[in-house]
Amino acid sequence: MTELIDLTAAQAARGVQTGEIGAAELFEAYRRRAAGEELNAFLWVADSPAAGGSPADRPLGGVPLAVKDLFCTEGVPSQAGSRILEGYRPPYTATVVAKLTAAGAPLLGKTNQDEFAMGSSNENSGYGAVLNPWDRGRVPGGSSGGSAAAVAAGLAPWAIGTDTGGSIRQPAALCGIVGLKPTYGACSRYGMIAFASSLDQAGPLTRDVTDAALLFRHMVGHDPCDSTSVEFPGQVALPVAEDLRGIRLGVPEELTGDAGGVQSGVRESFEATLNLAEGLGASVEPCRLPHAPHALSAYYLIAPAEASANLARYDGVRYGLRVDGDADLITMYSRTRARGFGPEVKRRIMLGTYALSSGYYDAYYGTAQKVRTKISEDFRVAFEQFDFIATPTSPWTAFELGSKTDDPLAMYFNDFCTVPMSLAGIPAISIPSGLSEGLPVGFHLAGPAFSESRLLDVAYALERAIGFDGRVART
Amino acid sequence: MLDRAQVLHVARLARLELDDDEVQRMAAELSHVLDHIEKIRELDLDGVAPTSHVVDIVNRLRADEPMPCFPPEVALAAAPEPLRTAAGTGFGVPSPLADESP
Amino acid sequence: MRTEYEPVIGLEIHVQLSTRTKMFCGCELSFGDEPNTHTCAVCLGLPGALPVVNERAIHFGLMIGLAFGCDIAERSEFHRKNYFYPDLPKGYQISQYDQPLCRGGEVGDVRIHRVHLEEDAAKLNHLGESGRIHGSGRSWVDFNRGGTPLVEIVTEPDIRSPEHAREWLTLLRTTLRVLGVSDVNMAEGSLRCDANVSVRPVGSTELGTKTELKNLNSFRFLERGLRAEIRRQIDLLQAGEPVVQETLHYDPRSDRLTPLRSKEEAHDYRYFPEPDLVPVLATEEMIAAARAAIPELPADRAARFERELGLSAERARLLAFRSELGDYYERAVAADGEDPVGLANWIPQLVERIGPDANPAESSVAPESLATLAAMVAAKEVSRDAAREVLTLLVREGGDPRTIVEREGLGALSGEGDGLAEIVQRAIESDPAAAAQVRSGNRKALGPLVGYVMRETKGRADGGEVTRLILERLGPS
Ligand SMILES: [Mg+2]
Ligand SMILES: [Zn+2]
Repeated sequence: MTELIDLTAAQAARGVQTGEIGAAELFEAYRRRAAGEELNAFLWVADSPAAGGSPADRPLGGVPLAVKDLFCTEGVPSQAGSRILEGYRPPYTATVVAKLTAAGAPLLGKTNQDEFAMGSSNENSGYGAVLNPWDRGRVPGGSSGGSAAAVAAGLAPWAIGTDTGGSIRQPAALCGIVGLKPTYGACSRYGMIAFASSLDQAGPLTRDVTDAALLFRHMVGHDPCDSTSVEFPGQVALPVAEDLRGIRLGVPEELTGDAGGVQSGVRESFEATLNLAEGLGASVEPCRLPHAPHALSAYYLIAPAEASANLARYDGVRYGLRVDGDADLITMYSRTRARGFGPEVKRRIMLGTYALSSGYYDAYYGTAQKVRTKISEDFRVAFEQFDFIATPTSPWTAFELGSKTDDPLAMYFNDFCTVPMSLAGIPAISIPSGLSEGLPVGFHLAGPAFSESRLLDVAYALERAIGFDGRVART
Repeated sequence: MLDRAQVLHVARLARLELDDDEVQRMAAELSHVLDHIEKIRELDLDGVAPTSHVVDIVNRLRADEPMPCFPPEVALAAAPEPLRTAAGTGFGVPSPLADESP
Repeated sequence: MRTEYEPVIGLEIHVQLSTRTKMFCGCELSFGDEPNTHTCAVCLGLPGALPVVNERAIHFGLMIGLAFGCDIAERSEFHRKNYFYPDLPKGYQISQYDQPLCRGGEVGDVRIHRVHLEEDAAKLNHLGESGRIHGSGRSWVDFNRGGTPLVEIVTEPDIRSPEHAREWLTLLRTTLRVLGVSDVNMAEGSLRCDANVSVRPVGSTELGTKTELKNLNSFRFLERGLRAEIRRQIDLLQAGEPVVQETLHYDPRSDRLTPLRSKEEAHDYRYFPEPDLVPVLATEEMIAAARAAIPELPADRAARFERELGLSAERARLLAFRSELGDYYERAVAADGEDPVGLANWIPQLVERIGPDANPAESSVAPESLATLAAMVAAKEVSRDAAREVLTLLVREGGDPRTIVEREGLGALSGEGDGLAEIVQRAIESDPAAAAQVRSGNRKALGPLVGYVMRETKGRADGGEVTRLILERLGPS
């Protein structure tokens, strides 16, 4: 079975399509690993692949898919990592999941996450923290930590997660895998339990760039059920680049300097990767994103504000937890929400409610929306001169469980490099660039809206040059 | 800075019951975070338009054509208090007080 | 000296649009169906569900805006209005805030402030005491109505009396009905009315402190609620006490207004732009399509009745502001357009006989019959009094007025050959005193003589003709 687990998803799909691998055998191999895992990466594991057409005839070849708990899956627990939705089985399936299932990736299981995607360490899950397969004393990152850990540990061939301010890229970095946050609107948000609607995007977490491209190809497209989704221009190309000749990489001082508190090991890996890029023919030069240092502040106003509204529906009336149903209505509401939500979710609901409240809207939410405009402008200007922007994904490698839980603000700095792209709605990818003290480091590349095919191509060339080996995490 | 009264006011708006410890912790933590993020108010943003949508699309309209609805047992499948009445089944709740009405 | 006060009233009207499906999902609108049978992930506010705007709701909104002469926003947006209530599944209502679809305009003599689109709340039912909100009991939610498209119409404070409010709301309702955008049925809740009321000393141009009246959901309650609140405010001011800005709920059973919440506790709705929806840009095509769909409106129809048919302003409004009356009248005019003014006078007569809320088209009096009857009166073939009797018979049994006149022997007496001259002669003989006075030039004394003739002829004689005959005999020759 070791052989099956060592195949990338694309290789496994090819194997099923050519008849060398049985789809049932492949599913069972992963099912057994997922069901017996010790990282707390899965919250639910399927017994068997849902019935459908022949996997061999379909583009994703029957390669099982791990899905973040945040996606609604009909009849299957979909709890967004929250106790307030414990045991909730929705009556419908998220568009992205339905598309991937139809393309031949059966649902393997639902992965653990920070509650409602609020967190960067997965310690905010209502169902316990996820452990990093590289070091079980450390966090896998978040909020898509279960998906990232599952793929890194070979519990799933590939996975999908969601990224609001870095929730795909940062855990991918901390777990030594590839994570792509697509252009806002590229993938439907229908059926994805909302955190911050103007920022949330679904994306792949995979073992390599080719897998990411293959999975992403079947996620994109306009969905009539999501007014903010758009048709992806053309088909997502599978990466082929051998070199990076003619590619201009910009390195923003604002995100790579001291402000973000980048660890030295992370900086070394980042610089080594830039050197590799130059070696492949790319030009690497400093660029400016003057408002990027303020992105974190804008993000921590906009995202909680939207979240405060998105999470108002958890009120104990139609589904989910209810506490003290005999009390008066306001008490029932307030106790249900007090019991159902964890501390970080409460913190963000409070922050967001405050930022929108009478007398503070202009100072907080309104100002943040203007900063967002400036950040988009910064990127527009930068992309006149550069093809892509490069930063470390996270300022740090995986940190120890419990080491940052007492300081929310320090925790928020995980997103320092990833949040500007989220606010601008542009695509960005994290690929493993090496190890620092035995822990994976992520290299972060961002491009203009809908540049995913080229972005994946550049990432692919770098990936080959880096030659990262993630096998350790799968043993 | 957020004081205790403000925390309680916001918690009521958000329908979150906080115990005394939580109120205290929330006041401190939120103040700490706000101290940092408030710095964006010092930026010169005169004449800058706010961004609420990053994708420049408009008029996403749906034809006025009926789609299938849930059978009532599906609609009510997860209801904490399905309430059977002579008229049919509804989602049971404590009756709101007159001054709770929107 | 006592100060005279005048009320200043503005209305806020919520109207359910008669689209096929809800504002943001494909659930069909329902009336009186089994509870919770018209729901989906979107209108139940399930996790992950997203709204999509109903095209026809925008179309109807544009029709309303154009009909009112509003400025149509080039770009309008939806916001989230946040508050918790069991009938609001998402914890926010998707509504329009600072960028409504339409601004300005007017309906009749009242200016419109704005018109915007939003979604209706679900229906919250209460167990136990019917319909009353009470303490510790249970209530239950039916989400069938939740998400029904609404337009909210807000007027400027141009209304000056409860009667004015009622008349204007009648016009608004007819206008919306003629547009075909709503059933506008107050009893069924498809048109709901709130009011802002303040009073001020007559002559003052400043506005007094206003209160908001909720639940004025019938024409009668609107008038009564306004009257009660105006009275209350004037009493307060005359007693030297201030009016407190607050929201009051009108209870039609007790005819009383009870405060819902004071201003300090007013909800903080935390509006912000709805990130799940993109802006609506009213394109040339959308506006042209909405304009093309607008039929003649009541105010325009009234103007046309005045201009082309010569009706008085009051009569023209009476007919045009209730479209079923206007429609009926126009069919009658089409049958016989000789004397549209005379014909118009017969409509109130008909309404009086069939009841104020009945549709004359559904009565047994065909518009052609009414036209015939009016023409017979004009030609003095039947007296006005006799015609009224004929109309009563028409309402009762239908048929042709000529047949009824003949059958009942109600044809006008003309003075030649049908004995009218003889009756006139008898009248003069029966009251010599009156006759003498008429002879001496006192026309007031004609009354008893004419009355005698009318009595004798059971109203079949034409009053003018009778006068002429009397004067012929008694007048100075
Ligand atoms: Mg409204
Ligand atoms: Zn629906």
